[in-house]
Amino acid sequence: MNSRRVLITGLSTYWGGRLAQALEQDEEIEAIIGVDSRDPTLELERTEFVRVGTQHGLLRRIVEAAEIDTVVDSRLIPDSIVLPAREAHENNVIGTMNILAACGGEGSTVRKFVFKSSAHYYGSEQDDPAFFTEAMGRPHPPRTRIERDIVEAEATVADFAEKNPEVSVTILRYANVLGPDVRTSHTKLLSMPAVPMILGFDPRYQFVHEDDVVSALEHVVANDLRGIFNVAGDGVLAFSEVVGLLGKTYVPLLPPWGTSIAAAALRRTGLDIPPEMLQQMRFGRGLDNRKLKATGFQYRYTTRETVQKLAEHMRLHPVLRGLQEPYRYEREVEDFLRWSPYVRNPSYRKEGRLAPAEAVELQKMLASYGDRLGGGSSSRRQQSQAAIRAAEQAPEPAADGGNGAAALSASLEHYDDLEADEIVGLVDSLESDDLTSLLEYERGHLARPRVISALEGVLTRRRTGDRG
Amino acid sequence: MPQSTPVADGGRTSLRMRETVADDLGADRAGLPAVRSGELRRYLPGVEPERQVDDWGRSERVEGLFDRNIVDFYYRYWFRCDVEGVENVPASGGALLVSNHSGALPPDAAMIGKAIKEEHSHPRALNVTVEHFFKGYPGFSMLLPKIGCVAAHPANVHRLLYDEEQLVLVFPEGRKGTEKLYKDRYKLRRFGRGGFVEAAMRAKAPIVPVCVVGAEEAAPIFAHINVLQKLTGLLYTPLSPIFPGALFLPAKIRIRFLEPIPFDDEDMWLDKSLVQTVSQEVRARIQENVWEMVRERKSVWFG
Repeated sequence: MNSRRVLITGLSTYWGGRLAQALEQDEEIEAIIGVDSRDPTLELERTEFVRVGTQHGLLRRIVEAAEIDTVVDSRLIPDSIVLPAREAHENNVIGTMNILAACGGEGSTVRKFVFKSSAHYYGSEQDDPAFFTEAMGRPHPPRTRIERDIVEAEATVADFAEKNPEVSVTILRYANVLGPDVRTSHTKLLSMPAVPMILGFDPRYQFVHEDDVVSALEHVVANDLRGIFNVAGDGVLAFSEVVGLLGKTYVPLLPPWGTSIAAAALRRTGLDIPPEMLQQMRFGRGLDNRKLKATGFQYRYTTRETVQKLAEHMRLHPVLRGLQEPYRYEREVEDFLRWSPYVRNPSYRKEGRLAPAEAVELQKMLASYGDRLGGGSSSRRQQSQAAIRAAEQAPEPAADGGNGAAALSASLEHYDDLEADEIVGLVDSLESDDLTSLLEYERGHLARPRVISALEGVLTRRRTGDRG
Repeated sequence: MPQSTPVADGGRTSLRMRETVADDLGADRAGLPAVRSGELRRYLPGVEPERQVDDWGRSERVEGLFDRNIVDFYYRYWFRCDVEGVENVPASGGALLVSNHSGALPPDAAMIGKAIKEEHSHPRALNVTVEHFFKGYPGFSMLLPKIGCVAAHPANVHRLLYDEEQLVLVFPEGRKGTEKLYKDRYKLRRFGRGGFVEAAMRAKAPIVPVCVVGAEEAAPIFAHINVLQKLTGLLYTPLSPIFPGALFLPAKIRIRFLEPIPFDDEDMWLDKSLVQTVSQEVRARIQENVWEMVRERKSVWFG
C-alpha cells in the first residue's frame, strides 16, 4: 500500500515536525495533516496543522474527513526529563489508546499505523543479551515509570494490530538519540565538562543520529513493513570510548552501591539522572539493527560517527549561540502563506515561475479545457462557463460535433504537457465547476497526486467557505 | 518450539520471553533469531578500523596489555603449559570449545586462549563465556569484556558462533566446577542442562572438547568462607592460596584438544533427547581424557 494521505500525531515534537518536513518533499504524498496540543516548533510548508489533543472523537472526525490512510504516532516520550512522570504517562499510555481508538474499527480508512517506540522497552539488566533482537521481550518486568509506560503502550499497539489485521502496524524501537537539535538526558550528561560514571562500570552504548531517526520513519511510511524494528546506528561503543570521542574525561562519581541515593543527591546540584538512565549507565544496552537494514534501509551515521557529529556540534555551539532566532508558529501567517492568492514569491510558491501574461494565457487555456471536459452537463455549469467566456472576452470554439472532439484531444495534449506546479498555481483562479471537470480528467489520465490534491483542496475550501 | 532455553554456562538463568506483535521475519519464543536469519548475516555492522574496542566491548589495547604482562608469564614460566591436539580447533568458521573448569580463580580459560594464540597455525581470538554475575559486579564488569569475556547468554553464543563465526569457549559446569573442593578434583560436575549442545547445533558449529589438567592444583579450594561471601556479594569466597592470598601455585598445566564433533543437520537442536545424549557424551569424553592425563602425570609440579 502506498501512503498518500498521512496523519502525524505529535506534530509539535521534534520528530513529528522533522517527519512532516521530509514528507512534504515527496510528490506521492497528497495530504499531510499534523495534530498536537501545542504549536508546531518547526517551519512547515504544506502540512496542515490542527490543534487538538488526543481526544479520540475529534481525531476520528479528522481521520474520516481527510480519508487518512497512514497514521504516524511520533508522540512517545522516552525520557523523563522532558515531562513529569504523571504527564508522560497521560501522553504515552492514554494518548496512544485514544489515537488507536480513532484509527481502528469498522469503516476506518487507515491502512497503516506507525508507532515510534523506544529501546527502553527492553530495559537494561544484568542478564541481558549483548544484542537485543526484535523478537525478544523484556526478560524482567519494567523497573521505572517510563519503561512501564512504553511496555504498556506497545502492548496496546500489539493488541490493535491483532484486532485490525487489515492495518499494517509498524513499531520502531529507537536506541538513545543523539544530535545537535535534540535535548535528552544523555546529551545533557555528555555536555558536562567531566562526564560522571558509576565506579567500576563501563557500559556498552549504542546511539542513533537524529537524521537517521527521521529517515527511518520516512522509510517505514514509504514501504510496507509490518512488525517491530530496532533502529540503532551500527556499532556499540564502550562509554569510555564515547567520552573519549567527545574529548572529555570521565569521573567515576557515582558509587556502585547506593547509586540511586547518590543520584538523588546529584539532582539537588542540578544534574538530573533519571532512573532508566542509571540502569543503562550500569549495564548498557546493544541492539541488533539488522532487521531494518534487511528491508533496504541505510543508516547515514554509525554510532561512532553520531558521537563525532555531536562533538563537532559541541565545539561549534558556544560560538554560534544566539545567532539563529527560533521559529515561532503564527496561525494567521501560516494561513496567509498557504491559501492567499496574493502569495506569488517563488520562495513561498514554487509554481510562481510564470510571467503575468503567461499566467493569463494558461488560465484561459485551463478554463477552456474545463469547459470542454464538462461539455453537456447541467445548465448551471454552462451558464458559469459562458460567464467566464464573457469575462475573459476570448471566443472559444463550440464544443459540439467531431470538430470539437478533435480540438479537445489536441488541447488535452497541451494540458498534459503542463507541469504540475503550473497547474497548481492556477487552480485558485478557476471556477468551481471547471475545477470539478478538470479533477475528473486528471483522475482519469495522469492522476498526478499534487494536482489532484490541489484541486480537491481548493474545492473543499470553497465548499466550506460557502457554507460558512 | 521451546518455552525456555537454558544458558550455555551453568544454567542458572533461563529465558522466558513472550512474543509481542507477530513477527514477519519469524522468531522462536526463546527470543533467539530464527534459524532463517542466515540472510541477516551480511547485514552485520562493518568493522571501523579506527576503533580499538569492538561491539562486544573487547579492547585490543587492554587485552594486549593483559596478554603481554600477565598471561604470557603464566603460560610460559609459571604453568609451563603443554598443549596437544591444537589442530583440532578449526582454522575458520564458528566452533564451540567445551572444557572442564576448575580453580578458585580459574586460570584455565586464559591458558586455553593463549594456547590457541601461540600454538595454532591460524591464531584466533577466543571468546570466553562467563556468568551474568560479573556484568553486575563493579570492576569485573569493566575489565572482563575488555579481555574477551562475554556473558553466557544463549543469544550471545549464537551470534558469535553463527553470525560472526568466531571461537567460543564454554564451561558447562559453570560455578559448580570452580567452587568444588580440592578433595573432589577432576570429578566433572553436571554439564548444565545441555544448553551448550543446543547452541552449537543451532549454529551448526562443531564442538571441540578440551581437557585441562593442573588448574585444580594451581588454585585449590580447601573450604568456603560463607561469612565473607555475604559481606562481599561475590559468587563464593574460597579458602585458597589464590584467595584471600593472591598467588597461583606453580602446577604444570596440560591442555588437550579432542576431535571436533560436527553438527550439520538442520533443526537437530529441537530433539531434546539427542541434545542430552550428546551433552553426556561430551562430558564422558572429557572425563575419560582428564583421568587418562592424570594417570600419566608423574608429578603435579613438573608434569
